[in-house]
Amino acid sequence: MQVTDEATFLNRRQLLRLGATAAVGATLAGCPAAEEATAGSGDADTDATRPRLTDVEPASPAYRVDEEPTRESDATSYNNFYEFGTDKKDPARHAHRMRTRPWSVLVDGETAKPGSVPLETILGAAPLEERIYRFRCVETWSMVVPWIGIPLAAVLKHFEPTSKARYVSFETLVDPEQMPGQKRRVIDWPYREGLRIDEAMHPLSILAVGMYGRVLPNQNGAPLRLMVPWKYGFKSIKSIVRIHFSEKQPNTSWNDLASDEYGFYANVNPEVDHPRWSQSRERRLGEFRKRATLPFNGYADEVASLYAGMDLRRQY
Amino acid sequence: MPAWTCGGSIRPGKSASRIPVPRHLQHWIAIAVAALPALALGFRFVVDGLGANPIEDVTHTTGEWALRLILVSLAITPARRFFGWRGIAPLRRTLGLAGFTYACAHLATWGILDRGLDLAAIAEDLGERPYVMVGMAAFLLLFTLAITSTRRSIRRLGKRWTTLHRAVYAAALLAVVHHFWLIKADYRPAIVHAVILAGLLAARIVWIVRRKSDTQAS
Repeated sequence: MQVTDEATFLNRRQLLRLGATAAVGATLAGCPAAEEATAGSGDADTDATRPRLTDVEPASPAYRVDEEPTRESDATSYNNFYEFGTDKKDPARHAHRMRTRPWSVLVDGETAKPGSVPLETILGAAPLEERIYRFRCVETWSMVVPWIGIPLAAVLKHFEPTSKARYVSFETLVDPEQMPGQKRRVIDWPYREGLRIDEAMHPLSILAVGMYGRVLPNQNGAPLRLMVPWKYGFKSIKSIVRIHFSEKQPNTSWNDLASDEYGFYANVNPEVDHPRWSQSRERRLGEFRKRATLPFNGYADEVASLYAGMDLRRQY
Repeated sequence: MPAWTCGGSIRPGKSASRIPVPRHLQHWIAIAVAALPALALGFRFVVDGLGANPIEDVTHTTGEWALRLILVSLAITPARRFFGWRGIAPLRRTLGLAGFTYACAHLATWGILDRGLDLAAIAEDLGERPYVMVGMAAFLLLFTLAITSTRRSIRRLGKRWTTLHRAVYAAALLAVVHHFWLIKADYRPAIVHAVILAGLLAARIVWIVRRKSDTQAS
């Protein structure tokens, strides 16, 4: 058992390294990736310049929303990633400046294994799997995205959080040269987000490295981003360079900026309006009419118990 | 000379120059320029369907240009005075009505495309969302000004017409507040509009004060 796991693990690490090298090569050369020959079905929206991720377990029914995925071109051209500018089109314009390899993550705080950890080590924690999730932005638009990633719980357990670790927080890269939007202090960089440890350990929470079968585009948070589908999109922090375990609730960027508008929990809740706009409905990108927003973004059966006894109107 | 060309006489001593473009041509040039954002929107719709969230794009574009054209129309009188340009006063009405047209498109996009004519949702927004209330107030002011922009109204209302049409500053101010209220973090675009409006208002106040001191002196 142990031996098999180890072997698979190494095998996957090597595969990932190869994948990473291919990614850099393809991007630098500015030509379509060589593995395009194996790409299979000719989806017109597929961005062939991003390497395809291999060795991915298909989404199990429990983690697959039975709804039409958003067009890939929409999901990769309409982004909130203020590090590259505040216009929705800015990230797709400027994110090519970010270098995603090599990439390491600082792990610190209440952990038995602090240190600077290469991305490949983090991805060694579990096999890659596909998750088709709803994504709901606090701005009342939404999508359905096939992500590829690994359960956050597997990664966090790998770092052996201490008994004091009640929260985990994340930080995005800070480098105004790579991220031109950081030349202005729209946000007090770095962008920070955090979860209660039980939220982080929930099987729906993942760290994503890919979408639509290929590695993440930079504007969607390459090379490593959080995806917590029952919370508003701003919780799912992109381009993570730090994972910090703490006893106290961490500061989070939008909560710091306007705490009456963006709570720490930020669970999708059609009953609790943003002070300036209603949260009861949303527009799915690509659709004309708005649709009703679901409690916990449709994941209430899975996650509502995490908040038993809490007043969700006050702890929004 | 119709009343709407009497927004203030050109200060004596400044050499007045006539723009070497016939008045009716000025009018059509202004309309053509004011139509450019709408044409650009149509062009982008054909090219890429206005991207991932077309309704949002149309809402933002029409709203921004409604405000911008109102600001340009408010800049006509200062331009006349500073540069001594005569004969451009009628452009105020042309550009103001162009701005109102964008405001109509903005309101229609919101009510029909965005809210899907869901009267309950519209009523809730109007009753509970300050940014919607302020935006609607700005629209109602512009509507009042638009329907009283005819020569007949000017004749009938006389002096009161001038007073009434000063409300365009209030409409612009409400539109700027409406814009501010919608922004999450990056206030730059709204600040640009606010600064321009403040400058135009300041110019007005300076003239009023100066005119008062002139009358007292004489």
